[in-house]
Amino acid sequence: MEMNRIRLPLGETARILRAGDCVLLSGTIYTARDCAHRRLFELLDAGEPLPFPLRDAFLYYAGPCPAPQGMACGSCGPTTSARMNSFAPRLLDLGLGGMIGKGEMNEETRRALIRNQGVYFAAIGGAGALYGSAVRKCECVAFPDLLSEAIYRMEVEGFPLVVAIDSRGNSIYSEKTSNGIRSIHS
Amino acid sequence: MRILDTKEIANCVCRLALRAGRRLSEDCVNALTFARNRERGASEFALSTLLENAETASRLQLPVCQDTGMSVVLLRIGQEVLLCGAPLQDAVDDGVRRAYAEGYFRKSICDPLTRANTGDNTPAALHTEIVPGDQIQIDYLPKGFGSENMSRLVMLTPAEGRAGVLSTIVETVRLAGSRPCPPVFVGVGIGGSFDGCALLAKKALLREIGSRHAREDVASIEREALEAINNLHIGAQGFGGTVTAIGVACEIAPTHIAGLPVAVNIQCHCVRREREVI
Repeated sequence: MEMNRIRLPLGETARILRAGDCVLLSGTIYTARDCAHRRLFELLDAGEPLPFPLRDAFLYYAGPCPAPQGMACGSCGPTTSARMNSFAPRLLDLGLGGMIGKGEMNEETRRALIRNQGVYFAAIGGAGALYGSAVRKCECVAFPDLLSEAIYRMEVEGFPLVVAIDSRGNSIYSEKTSNGIRSIHS
Repeated sequence: MRILDTKEIANCVCRLALRAGRRLSEDCVNALTFARNRERGASEFALSTLLENAETASRLQLPVCQDTGMSVVLLRIGQEVLLCGAPLQDAVDDGVRRAYAEGYFRKSICDPLTRANTGDNTPAALHTEIVPGDQIQIDYLPKGFGSENMSRLVMLTPAEGRAGVLSTIVETVRLAGSRPCPPVFVGVGIGGSFDGCALLAKKALLREIGSRHAREDVASIEREALEAINNLHIGAQGFGGTVTAIGVACEIAPTHIAGLPVAVNIQCHCVRREREVI
């Protein structure tokens, strides 16, 4: 299976990707789940700076297992994105490039993706070992007291992802017409 | 009478938890392989990724899924066994604690209101049954909450009957959509009391995927529910396709003349469970 390899920041690629495209993604991402989002919003509401640059960044909705010796990261698959629906639109409007998670996201998030040319990727839920072993570097950048729910900056190599909602708002969950592997580099 | 130190139960729970966290059950691997061979596009990609993931987990001895779950432990204790040593719950928790530290498993248990993490994945959800004999059967099921969150319990009226049971099962899976990591395994409890019905659904998840209930009327509900669920075309990860569930297992118990409880416990495609008899 010939896969499309893409790298962050996405730049022009964001506009080319279509819902249903299967890709291998490399680059820098930041983990955040429920508790970390609540803390980010407290910082925003207080007018304080965020612990990482939001512009074109990608959030990974995930909370990794602890790293065994010799590995950068433990198992680290996606968590259910729908729980972050209340957070995603505001972060996209502030410059976030997109998100990686699993499962549907709501209409407000879809509109925010269109508005900001963002992309929502679905990681394959349950493939924790595979994603964990694709993490080359992992460093906690905020809220270490949250343990697995803290924010980690990760350098990843070849994350298997499916474009779930593209920058035009097409969604794999509503279309049900996954086209799978098509070349985006031609 | 057989005297058994609960330390042996602790050691067994630790072994089972370490094994369960790192491998899919064999019936699950077979079901996912079958599903992959039937799907195309993004769904095939998702299922291939899951099978590759299971190999990676086994090769690197990593948790299959980062949600190493809430530890559900079912003990069937022979009534000729006399337990000594630490209290039973403490012993089970000790096994869980050691496995989650040793296996680099995620600790996912917290206070429901303060959300403060207990730090060691305890307490385990412990269920016991007293059965004939002098042995103890230990079932260990690490239950992820992406799928647990999509489970439901409905108190139907007796008039709603078999059709109501069927539509409750199918509607639960439909409402869950892509969120519980389909293709799912569906455990169903029919009858009993409110609490007993939920436990029946959990116990159904211990059955082999594809097995059928001994009672034909119950087996026919399993078959029809599976067909109706797969006609929803949610597919692997919600990407569409013909395999939304890899199995439906129903357990049944007598209930009250005024009621028909139905519990639907959703299990994600990451079916991990281990059993030992000591």
